[in-house]
Amino acid sequence: MKSLVIRRLLLLIPMVWLVATLTFIVVAAAPGSYADTVDHPGLTAEQREALRARYGLDQPIHRQYLSWLGSIVTGDLGTSFVTKEPVDRLLARTLPPTLLLGASALLLDFILGVWIAVTAVRKPRGWFDRISSVVSLGIAGLPSFWVAGLTVLVFALLLGWFPASHMHSVGADTLSPLASLGDLLHHLLLPAACLGLAAAAGTARYLRSTLLDIRGERFILAARARGLDEGRILWVHTLRPALLPVVTILGLSLPFLVSGSVVIESVFSWPGVGLALLQAAYARDVPVIMGITLLGAVAVLVGSLVADVLYAVVDPRAREDGP
Amino acid sequence: MNRGRRLEVGVTGLCMLVAFCMLGPLLLPAPPAADPTNAALLPPGTAVTEIVLDDGRALVSPDVRKERNITVVKGPLRTVEVTNERIVSIRTTRFWLGSDRFGRDVLAQLMAGGRISISIAALAALVALLVGTTVGLTAATGGRFVDSVLMRMVDALMAFPVLFLLILVATIFRPGPLVLVALLGMTSWMGLSRLVRGQVLTLRGRTFVLAARAAGCPPTRIWRTHYLPNLSGPLSQDTALRVGDLVLAEATLSYLGLGIPPDIPTWGAMVAQGHRVMLDGWWLATLPGIAIAFLVVSLALIGDGIQERLSLSE
Repeated sequence: MKSLVIRRLLLLIPMVWLVATLTFIVVAAAPGSYADTVDHPGLTAEQREALRARYGLDQPIHRQYLSWLGSIVTGDLGTSFVTKEPVDRLLARTLPPTLLLGASALLLDFILGVWIAVTAVRKPRGWFDRISSVVSLGIAGLPSFWVAGLTVLVFALLLGWFPASHMHSVGADTLSPLASLGDLLHHLLLPAACLGLAAAAGTARYLRSTLLDIRGERFILAARARGLDEGRILWVHTLRPALLPVVTILGLSLPFLVSGSVVIESVFSWPGVGLALLQAAYARDVPVIMGITLLGAVAVLVGSLVADVLYAVVDPRAREDGP
Repeated sequence: MNRGRRLEVGVTGLCMLVAFCMLGPLLLPAPPAADPTNAALLPPGTAVTEIVLDDGRALVSPDVRKERNITVVKGPLRTVEVTNERIVSIRTTRFWLGSDRFGRDVLAQLMAGGRISISIAALAALVALLVGTTVGLTAATGGRFVDSVLMRMVDALMAFPVLFLLILVATIFRPGPLVLVALLGMTSWMGLSRLVRGQVLTLRGRTFVLAARAAGCPPTRIWRTHYLPNLSGPLSQDTALRVGDLVLAEATLSYLGLGIPPDIPTWGAMVAQGHRVMLDGWWLATLPGIAIAFLVVSLALIGDGIQERLSLSE
């Protein structure tokens, strides 16, 4: 078990290196440079040279690459062109809202996905099964930005049940801690539901077919022969072995959630990493984009590592000769 | 949904949508001209009168009254009176799917946007198919070292959340349609290369391939008669699903304003436009979203259908 974790952690190092190198290649291959992106007609030739020197662009490409790697190792991701805020501080500011949104969506994904799949399998080809499989197919095809926009229109603008954007109401800092938490949850519900529902549709589709497979196993027949209650057979005997792959699926849905958060954060003006990425993209703020892309990739790598380790925790067979 | 008919339903849906986008402009009467002052934000089905004046300008309004010498064109902002001699042609027509805030016909935009969105996704899938197959075959046949280098690279590329990678590259390159095709293709071949590699490695150990090799069959013939037919099923299933993903990716980029230039109406950009006037025109954001979903679900059904056929023939 320990050796699995260590092996996976060691594998993480070359992967992060590859990811950082690819990010560098993409940016270095682009026409123009940092100095051009902040170009201004009023700049003199000397000022442009000074800018190039300041960002190290007068150095040969391998020097630039080495200093980029070096700065990543030391945790220095540079400064934003636009706001002059250090990128690591920007990440520290925007990461908690994104994590909160992502974790709520993941929780919703899991609970809703399991509930839908189990209820559907209770009567295969029954009305719930049919409706839920059509709906989950449809949800998988609907663009998330469209769903989010419609949600804002119906629940925020027309019905007025929830706020349309942002994380806190104006003046929320004067509220009592409990009221402030309530305000936060009130703002969180719509974006988390949009993000989590789409993921839950995928989880439910996957889990449904696993559950149907397991229903045919002999130990289910044995449990039924012992006169166990059908609900217990479903929730305990069938669901438990079916949940093993779901752990992996949840780990793999991390890239989906990370990408989805960009769209959802943009629609709901949620002050997270995704919104920061978009604002940086509109302003061509290259250091911020590079930093966030790197962070996103590392998050996905760590996510799949955690999923692998969790899988080994719940399934003893994966411990011995893991991947 | 009847499980056995997924392929047929999907193919029918896809053909209907493609025919709608490609043939629609030929079969339907010409859409009303864009008149931002008189015909903005009209709901679906509104009948309008289009008047073309002698200076080439067109007036489009749902409320046109003809009097003896003059024609009164009423709009929400102003009322225009034109003398009848100035009118070159006059016809009544309809905004079947409403008009946007610039008075443009949504139906015509939907068809034009569909042609762009579908072509971009299909071409990008072709790029992904070429790159993914090449990398997968190279990895499977190039020996252990090549294999592990390529596959580690694929792992690293797959770790990037695709949208982040797209945003990074789109920001730097400012895509036109062809660059966008290359961009989408180059960010979505990784899964395919894994699939090809895995399939080839599995097939290599299958008895019929071993038998052909033992019988002294030349490699090109083994590829043609054994590998390719067995690869084509999984590849076409994967491609169907991939085109759907690419349609969504292209729409998302356009929605975020990072796709091809905004003067070309893609479905994603139409939804983005519609969201700005959500309360004044529900149809603007709703219809292109439904079109995207229709396309993606059709492709998903085709993918599922092929999968079903494959598992039946196993």
